[in-house]
Amino acid sequence: MPTITIDGKQLTVDEGKTVIQAAEEAGIYIPRYCYHPGLRIVGQCRICLVEIEKMPKLQVACYTRVQDGMVVHVNSEKAKRARQQVLEFLLVNHPIDCPVCDQAGECYLQEYYMQFGLYDPKMVEDKNKKHKAVPVGPHVVLDSERCILCTRCVRFCDEISKTSELGVFHRGDHAELLPYPGRTLDNPYSANVVDICPVGALTERDFRFKVRVWYLDETKSVCPGCATGCNIEIHTSKARPYKNEGRRIARLKPRYNPDVNDYWICDYGRYGFLFVDDDSRIEQPLVKQNGEFQELSWDDALQMVSGVINTALENGKAVRILGSAQMTNEDLYALKRFGNEVLETHDIPVTVKPLEKPYSDDFLIREDKNPNTRGAALLGFDTEPAATEKLLTACRNGEVYTLIIFHHDLFKGFAEDEVKAALDKVDSVIFVGSNLNPTAELASYVLPSCTWAEKDGTFTNYAGRVQKINEAIEPLEGSLPEWKILRRLARQFDHTFAYFEAEDVFRDIVKKVPAFTGMSYRALGDRGMLVSENGRSVQQAEVKEELTVVSK
Amino acid sequence: MNVHDKYKPLSWWDKTYIPLVIDGLAVTLRHFFRNIRLHILNVIGIKTKERGAVTYQYPEEMRPLWPRTRTLHRLMRREDGSPRCVACMMCETACPARCIYIVAEERPEVQIEKQPKIFNIDLGKCVFCGYCVEACPEDAIRMDTGIIDIASYTRNGMLLTKEQLLNIEPKVENYVSRPDLMEGQPIY
Ligand code: SF4
Ligand code: SF4
Ligand code: SF4
Ligand code: SF4
Ligand code: FES
Repeated sequence: MPTITIDGKQLTVDEGKTVIQAAEEAGIYIPRYCYHPGLRIVGQCRICLVEIEKMPKLQVACYTRVQDGMVVHVNSEKAKRARQQVLEFLLVNHPIDCPVCDQAGECYLQEYYMQFGLYDPKMVEDKNKKHKAVPVGPHVVLDSERCILCTRCVRFCDEISKTSELGVFHRGDHAELLPYPGRTLDNPYSANVVDICPVGALTERDFRFKVRVWYLDETKSVCPGCATGCNIEIHTSKARPYKNEGRRIARLKPRYNPDVNDYWICDYGRYGFLFVDDDSRIEQPLVKQNGEFQELSWDDALQMVSGVINTALENGKAVRILGSAQMTNEDLYALKRFGNEVLETHDIPVTVKPLEKPYSDDFLIREDKNPNTRGAALLGFDTEPAATEKLLTACRNGEVYTLIIFHHDLFKGFAEDEVKAALDKVDSVIFVGSNLNPTAELASYVLPSCTWAEKDGTFTNYAGRVQKINEAIEPLEGSLPEWKILRRLARQFDHTFAYFEAEDVFRDIVKKVPAFTGMSYRALGDRGMLVSENGRSVQQAEVKEELTVVSK
Repeated sequence: MNVHDKYKPLSWWDKTYIPLVIDGLAVTLRHFFRNIRLHILNVIGIKTKERGAVTYQYPEEMRPLWPRTRTLHRLMRREDGSPRCVACMMCETACPARCIYIVAEERPEVQIEKQPKIFNIDLGKCVFCGYCVEACPEDAIRMDTGIIDIASYTRNGMLLTKEQLLNIEPKVENYVSRPDLMEGQPIY
């Protein structure tokens, strides 16, 4: 293993690493545009120039492999001056229209210019005009004037999405990034190029002009879009609510987790948050009177619902539950307790097989669109779709008096008359969910729950990795997390669930369910932990925080 | 040496304060008669260069505004009449009173790209610090209208919209155009 010296720090790194990676290990940040740890190295932008002793010229840190005895100077006068000049070259044809550029605030041209820009530019020629505001795909806008031709996006489309839509055309200072003729940047991962573009050449269509990035708050979370459970950051616009058309969530961004999604997320997940501030959100408990929903208070609603359940129980009639794998482990555990202790039902199905087979691939997108099916299975729920079919058959045969449905829209999984026939036979249907759907319309009682962005909890992904989600925005007024709803409902039957926050439920899970042994919110950290097959969970090495720009 | 030594002890006559009261009244009367004289002369058109009391008869008479005085905001237009503002939200970010509300939209000309759909300033909150003017990279917002009589019976009346801000008629005449001519004049 070679030992090298970087800016006076000596360290031993693995064979085959490049100088930029070694420096990162030493805690020294070298500016970069084309280098991205998730992509092939091309050494194209030259912003990473460093001085290496015994080499006649400056070398690119991203492409030069470390060799034993190498002495690297990152911050020598010569290297600093060279990077300043490279930055000046990159700006020769750059429009510098930061006021209208969505990247401003998280732009690496701005970032480095503040650090080592040549504040007295020597360039007097007119700038080249190129294409502006070209919608290159359903999610991405291209401004090729701003592009610095680092080809990160080109490599992403070649290596990660493997769709190769983008290329660099023409030569010299007419070189321009464009989609290949007749192609659009339309693939299930297309918006990732926006994240990796170090400048404002590629920006999001959905986010365009909505909020300035420095107004955003960030919360770590996990995508609820499918069983992969990609790590994300929820960017919210809370301080200036008049922006973003009143939507509280401004955008989702991928969060690095080498065990799950690396640097990427799919577009379905990225734009799957729109339901959070949708008009279909339920804001108050509802009861159906003469075919119309009436709003009522939580106290009244819980009393009515528990009355219905009580009547059924007292007359020895069946009360059944259809849970959902959209719920967190905490919600499901509370549901399990509610089922076992209050209703004394033990088989609770949670999955509905969709009529249309959903899109999936062998990279991130999985067929199971629920984030917590594995967690439901571990907590003792029946995750076979056949169980739901059986439940509906029981309903159709008049064996179920009261049915509590969580989240599901049954019409997505069963034929219309099948659902209607089943629900007609049920005396009262209670729907618990965040948004109204056709199934909820048929219910007699509707209790509003909050969405994944509005609560704390954990999801267990398909591989058994338990990951933490955090409250990014306050629950919509009138909505509660499911475990709270169940706690309050259980209270009506004189059962006390002694939980005050989601963490209390999780502690209980850890105590009672062997697969979760040894976990806590703290131990889960940012990368999550694998559930244990044999009573011992697998602790992951702490991920090193990605180096932030160090000013020098 | 005791610092109090330099004060002479007051005599009993001084301690009655009568001489000081007379002194004070004399000053007041001197100003009174000077002002009366000058005001009367000014009204009949004599000695207009020399003015009486410092008091301005606002609102009948505008106080001359020094060129740097920050007055009501206005939004500037381009040559074609469209707003110069590109909704970069720098002013909104800089504003310490958080009284600027901007929502951006797409602009038809692709070279400019962006324009404000909503641009409201809540003058009820504004502290007239001028940071918004300072922050603007486009010189799109200015505080040079010479309008200082901003009042309303309702809070909503204090909220100026984009259209209002774009159509404000500046009263430049309220500003001192030649500060040098004001030499020797009281500007408070
Ligand atoms: S890419 Fe960066 S430097 Fe260029 S206009 Fe956008 S924010 Fe400004
Ligand atoms: S569009 Fe962005 S990522 Fe692609 S080459 Fe240009 S600067 Fe690099
Ligand atoms: S003058 Fe100051 S307080 Fe008033 S709008 Fe401008 S920045 Fe805000
Ligand atoms: S700073 Fe200027 S250009 Fe930017 S939003 Fe404010 S007025 Fe418009
Ligand atoms: S980061 Fe090394 S050449 Fe671009």
